[in-house]
Amino acid sequence: MTDETITAEDPITGEEIEIPGDVEVGEIIDSPITGAELEVVSADPIALEEAPELEEDWGE
Amino acid sequence: MNVGVLYSRIRRDEKLLLSELRDRGHEVTKIDVRKERFGVHEPPEAFDGVDIVVDRCLATSRSRYVTRFVEAYDVPVVNDPETAAICADKARNSLVLAEADVPTPATEVTFTKESAMESIEEFGYPCVLKPVIGSWGRLMAKIDSRDAAEAILEHKETLGHYEHKVFYIQEFVEKPGRDIRVVATDGEPVAAMARSSDHWLTNAARGAETEPIEVTDEMAALVERASDAVGGGLLGVDLMETGDSYTVHEVNHTVEFKALNEVADVDVPAAVVDWLESRVRGVEVTP
Repeated sequence: MTDETITAEDPITGEEIEIPGDVEVGEIIDSPITGAELEVVSADPIALEEAPELEEDWGE
Repeated sequence: MNVGVLYSRIRRDEKLLLSELRDRGHEVTKIDVRKERFGVHEPPEAFDGVDIVVDRCLATSRSRYVTRFVEAYDVPVVNDPETAAICADKARNSLVLAEADVPTPATEVTFTKESAMESIEEFGYPCVLKPVIGSWGRLMAKIDSRDAAEAILEHKETLGHYEHKVFYIQEFVEKPGRDIRVVATDGEPVAAMARSSDHWLTNAARGAETEPIEVTDEMAALVERASDAVGGGLLGVDLMETGDSYTVHEVNHTVEFKALNEVADVDVPAAVVDWLESRVRGVEVTP
C-alpha cells in the first residue's frame, strides 16, 4: 500500500478524481464523487471504466 | 517462480496475494480471463513460462471452465478443476461431505415445487432454501411458514435460470449467532475467524462482525477431512457450532481472505504464498 495518489478521469462524471497511486489493472475502486464502482482498465496511462454489474455467480 | 493469476476483478484479496508474491521476487503473470481465448489444442500465449496458475476468478462459471482448460494445457492449477466443480455447486459440496462422513446439515434436493414443499414440510419450520450456485448469502431464504415457502418457491420458479429450479433444502442449524471460517491449505488450517451477526446469515460480505478464533484439534480434524473430501487446495471451510460439536456447511474454492487477514495474527497471504512455493517445488521434483 502507498499513501501516494494519482489523478484520473471519472468515466461517469468526467471530473478529475484522486485514486491510490498503486492501483492494479483489474482493480475496482469507488468513485469519490458518485460512489460507483470503477475498474482500472489501464495503469499507464491511467484509465477507468464503470465496473461490470454484480452477476449471479460472483463470489467465493 | 512465475505465478499466473487468473482474474476478472482484482479484489483486496488478490492485491494482497500479488504484493506478497512480488515482495518475494516471484514473477507474476496476471491473466484477465475476460480477454483470453481458450483453445482446446493450444494455450493462450499468456500461459508461456508460467510455473503454476492460481485461480482467483470471481465468477464461478469462469472458474469452473478455465481451470479445466489450464489442466488440459498441463499447467499446474490451484485449485484444480474438480475441486472447483464440487465447491461451486452446493449440492455436490454437500454430497461429498456426506460421503466422507463429515458432519454436514441434513439436506435434500428436489426439482419441482411440489416435491420441494414436501421436503420443507418434513424438515419443519424454520428450514433453509438455497440456490445451488451462488455466494455471499444471496438469494438464501430462511423459511418460517408454509405461506412463506409457497411464495418463495413460486418466485424461484419464475427467476428464469434452470438452476433456480433445483431446490436445495436444508435443516436450519441453531448456531450461537456466529459461524466459523477456517482458511486452509491442503487441509492444514492457516487461521480462523468467527463471523457474528444478529441476522441468521453471518457472511462477512453481509457485514458480519469478525474476530479471530483458535482452531481446536476437533476443528482441525474436520477441516482436514472436509478439504480431502473436495480434493484439497486453498480452501475456506465454513463450520457451525452445534453445542458439543461442529457441522461443516460449505467449502469455498476461491476463498476470500481479506477479512481473516485483518483480524488474524497470521499473515494469511504469506501463508498462501508459502504453500504455493511448496506446491511448485513439489511439481518440480515430480519425475
